[in-house]
Amino acid sequence: MVQIILFAPLLGALIAGFAWKIIGEKAAMWTATGLLFLSCLLSWIVFFTFDGETRIVEIMRWIESGSLSAYWGVRLDRLTAIMLIVVTTVSAFVHLYSFGYMAHDENFREGEESYRPRFFAYLSFFTFAMLMLVTANNLVQMFFGWEGVGVASYLLIGFYYRKPSANAAAIKAFVVNRVGDFGFYLGIATLFFLVDSTDFDVIFASGPELAETQINFLWQDWNAANLIAVLLFIGAMGKSAQLFLHTWLPDAMEGPTPVSALIHAATMVTAGVFLICRMSPLMEYAPEAMTFVTFMGATTAFFAATVGLVQNDIKRVIAYSTCSQLGYMFVAAGVGVYSAAMFHLLTHAFFKGLLFLGAGSVIHAMHHEQDMRNYGGLRKKIPYTFWAMMVGTLAITGVGVPLTQLGFAGFLSKDAIIESAWAGTNSAAGYAYWMLVIAAVMTAFYSWRLMFLTFFGTPRGDRHTHEQAHESPRIMLIPLVALAIGGIFSGMIWYKSFFGDHHEVERFFAIPHSEVHADDGHGAQTTAAHGEGAGATADGAEQGSSHDAMVEAHHVEGTTPEEHAQIAAEHHAPQSFGGIYIHPENNVLNDAHYAPKWVKLSPFIAMILGFGLAFLMYIRRTDLPAKVAELNWPLYNFLLNKWYFDELYDAIFVRPAKAIGRFLWKYGDGATIDGGINGLAMGIVPFFTRLAGRAQSGYIFHYAFAMVIGLVVLITWVAIRAGG
Amino acid sequence: MDNLLSLITFLPAVAAVILAVFLRGDDEDAQRNAKWVALVATSLTFLISLFVIVGFNPNDTGFQFVEEREWILGLTYKMGVDGISVLFVMLTTFLMPLTIAACWTVKHRVKEYMIAFLMLETLMLGVFCALDLVLFYLFFEGGLIPMFLIIGIWGGKKRIYAAFKFFLYTFLGSVLMLVAMVAMYIEAGTTDIPTLMTHEFSTATFSLLGVQVIGGVQTLLWLAFFASFAVKMPMWPVHTWLPDAHVEAPTAGSVVLAAILLKMGGYGFLRFSVPMFPVGSDVMGPLVLWLSAIAVVYTSLVALVQEDMKKLIAYSSVAHMGYVTMGIFALNQQGVDGAIFQMISHGFISGALFLCVGVIYDRMHTREISAYGGLVNRMPAYAAIFMLFTMANVGLPGTSGFVGEFLTIMGIFQVNTWVAMIATTGVILSAAYALWLYRRVVMGDLIKESLRSITDMNLREKAIFAPLIAMTLLLGVYPSLVTDIIGPSVAALVSNHQTALLDHAAATQLAAQAPH
Repeated sequence: MVQIILFAPLLGALIAGFAWKIIGEKAAMWTATGLLFLSCLLSWIVFFTFDGETRIVEIMRWIESGSLSAYWGVRLDRLTAIMLIVVTTVSAFVHLYSFGYMAHDENFREGEESYRPRFFAYLSFFTFAMLMLVTANNLVQMFFGWEGVGVASYLLIGFYYRKPSANAAAIKAFVVNRVGDFGFYLGIATLFFLVDSTDFDVIFASGPELAETQINFLWQDWNAANLIAVLLFIGAMGKSAQLFLHTWLPDAMEGPTPVSALIHAATMVTAGVFLICRMSPLMEYAPEAMTFVTFMGATTAFFAATVGLVQNDIKRVIAYSTCSQLGYMFVAAGVGVYSAAMFHLLTHAFFKGLLFLGAGSVIHAMHHEQDMRNYGGLRKKIPYTFWAMMVGTLAITGVGVPLTQLGFAGFLSKDAIIESAWAGTNSAAGYAYWMLVIAAVMTAFYSWRLMFLTFFGTPRGDRHTHEQAHESPRIMLIPLVALAIGGIFSGMIWYKSFFGDHHEVERFFAIPHSEVHADDGHGAQTTAAHGEGAGATADGAEQGSSHDAMVEAHHVEGTTPEEHAQIAAEHHAPQSFGGIYIHPENNVLNDAHYAPKWVKLSPFIAMILGFGLAFLMYIRRTDLPAKVAELNWPLYNFLLNKWYFDELYDAIFVRPAKAIGRFLWKYGDGATIDGGINGLAMGIVPFFTRLAGRAQSGYIFHYAFAMVIGLVVLITWVAIRAGG
Repeated sequence: MDNLLSLITFLPAVAAVILAVFLRGDDEDAQRNAKWVALVATSLTFLISLFVIVGFNPNDTGFQFVEEREWILGLTYKMGVDGISVLFVMLTTFLMPLTIAACWTVKHRVKEYMIAFLMLETLMLGVFCALDLVLFYLFFEGGLIPMFLIIGIWGGKKRIYAAFKFFLYTFLGSVLMLVAMVAMYIEAGTTDIPTLMTHEFSTATFSLLGVQVIGGVQTLLWLAFFASFAVKMPMWPVHTWLPDAHVEAPTAGSVVLAAILLKMGGYGFLRFSVPMFPVGSDVMGPLVLWLSAIAVVYTSLVALVQEDMKKLIAYSSVAHMGYVTMGIFALNQQGVDGAIFQMISHGFISGALFLCVGVIYDRMHTREISAYGGLVNRMPAYAAIFMLFTMANVGLPGTSGFVGEFLTIMGIFQVNTWVAMIATTGVILSAAYALWLYRRVVMGDLIKESLRSITDMNLREKAIFAPLIAMTLLLGVYPSLVTDIIGPSVAALVSNHQTALLDHAAATQLAAQAPH
């Protein structure tokens, strides 16, 4: 079944991409969408019928070289199951929504160009790559998905290929992501060097080992677990747009809005968080690295929120909000409450997807006007969109009944993170707590600012556009309703599973009881499975064995693939780590539940504060924003220009790279190598060239002939001399 | 069929002779006949070479399909393939029919053009099959001549300069190799390559002009071979002939140059330097690693600012060859596997990229990047294919470009983390220059008046790309096709190398203890 979930979108992408000429545009688009809904349905079935036992299905061989063996396969555990529903649900509804949104696009010549099947093909391809990422059972396949979503994102951001800004944004997204991948790449290399495998089970089992290992990397020795964790986190920073590698995300809004909803809000950007959670058995043994993760997450949450306060483009506000919310998730993972990170990932997918699709609906209604200064008073014109956005805003700002578990999705998941940050034990946790609370004030402020500027007040900007404003077609409203349901209820439904008491979370994620892990260690358990496994962690040489054992079992008993998978599961069961791993000494989840009342109330107060400020400035005293901006103009410009990161990077990376390239070309290759070291190009070659001079090209034959003669004479002479 | 290798090697040459002797005239019919003869001959060669790959036993790490006979002047004619060379033979026979098809529109001296390519194929196949030093040298050097002619006659404006630069660089490198070969013959008393691979060349340190030569004769021999292969590869800083040669060469010439000729350097390292001079490789290995790391960053940065499409791709080739030399001298399974894989995959990808340039060069007769822009508007199929190979070039997982790069980095990391880190920056830079090229040529609105009537690829062009696309994707998702064949031979190469080094270490220790 998982294979169907995985490959249905790929099939859809191929049909929409290549077969639309045969079966027609509409049919191709509906096929892609239908296949995605099938995927989605099956994902929910998998999610609800999942029994907690990790299953591994091997599909095909992939890269094999000596002891390195990475195969195409599926790892199904709770973490994967959560990601499956997130990815396929949002993707399915975004496909549906795109029928309406992409119906008439001014960027293309209607009737002449078939851009719609291409759009659907990219969307489906993206979904496939994302699914490969979340179902991978080794880091290499994960990297395949990782880069695959990067390409899909590149193609979709640059979808309006006539717009220079879109093309620039696409390249920026890909290259900045590659900076992160640079870390990921080295992380994989380090892991392979130390544990001689890229398989998750082997890596997970080696956590304690790595914590004790020192490795020489570049100029000094490092703690292996911390080094690997930091390298992988650099990868996560790129994909999840954390501070310093965030610059691509706001620019990525150049893509069509459904893309922003799917890729740059709900799924791809959360891949970094997923990576950290997936690697929790390793992360738990890398305390310094996790402090760094916490610090970066908290700083990003704060930074992005400050920039979001003053942006005028409706999509950019939401983009910075995404960046900020991802920071929240990293804080949760950083302090060791991975379940809270996943919880926020899940709820965020719903409400942020909803906000983006809502924004798309507004943009659609306003003829592709994206500047909020030209909106206003749209509440009546597009009521359904308004209510959908309202749900999204209530969810993201965290509205609910304090001290209970009743509230919109974000209320439960965001509070869970803030409480976790307070209970966190690493040295960045205290900083993170305050940063997140301050960011929560700003979240409420910019979210309500967006609502007030768009839907309330008087219409601004082009009168004609406002008169023409119309509600979106039903096909765009259905996805809004679906996601709104998620935005309202997903928090309340799954609160107990993700952030309930200790035992419930353990059961949900199938975390092996920590007591078992506590002292007798992994060695004993792995030995039970098969002898080599235990040695494997200590001695890298034997590592491919678990994989081989599976294959052997398959051959010997001649089992069907399903049975094979079960055998694989049995082989892995004893050393299986469930969805996530929590170190026995990690009690942050528990402590978070016993946070004092003021801590639990703090996000609520922050939300009220933010709402009040926004209400004051954009409903009551609409002259205030301009005055405040004028009064604090240096700060305002600093925020408006996004802390000048783009300018800074241009000055210290982009321009120097080009200048160095030009220098190396002209002076390195040209003057030094051609002219100096070899002396050939400058002296001898031109000499010969002059000899050939104005000669007809026929003369070349003479030279060649002379060469042949010379060569033969030379060889003969050498052969005779040497032979005699 | 015990002379299979000779058959495929000389079949193109026979076709060339037939063309030279029997085909007369330069009218359209004659031109068409010449092209068809060449296409049939190269296709036939490919079909026959399939017998080699099918009959090849990967688990046998020795030479297979061996032929040995007496030859002139007391020399021996010996051919054979092992896991390391067999795929290069296949790569050559696979690409040549496509190359011939790519020069279908040439009008100038078609018969001679075809003869040059057919001779070139024979000589290239000979390089990969020869198991005798003299034979190898003949093929290796002989290959220069048809390439020299292809650039010098059918090339661009500065073709004479480029042809001579190409010839002199590579020729001067090989002269040193020739001297080394003579020295090897004098020491070992044979020119038989398999015998030389097991011969232990002297490693006693001696001083030359006051410089202590660690590794002795082996290091000197290694250096002499290095001079030849490094130029061929080409490695930084002797790479500057390549961009010039590529820019001036006709499209088909560039394809062969990038896809096959460059691989002779890497093949030479694996056939000669590593197995014959293990101590020399050990002494000089770090130098190669650093030169390779510099090459990756240096040429990537230079590629970033190129204004000529072919030059950009040529510099990118140098960067990719940096991974190859690095992988080879990592001297572990992943590194060498990665290097060979990278060479095979680069054969398809760089070949395809030069063909992509050729497609629009045929239409617009310029390679200036600034002369293009917005091609996607009129050439959607071209845009899609160019995109695929751009992505393959930047090493996207799922394409063959990734596997080689990935294995190389896994291999090199075990040896030197600095070099690994510097090489990995290539991942960022390659994305930057490749995508920027793509953007300037393909993306954007079509504003240039001259491009208004440009046409998309025709059926012939699509047919040339189809096999390349298939191979790039196939090897990307199922690289075991390659690694299964090269794996055992590479394992043997690596373990022989390790044993040789251990023996050497033990011997040195003994020698050190002796005086006491």
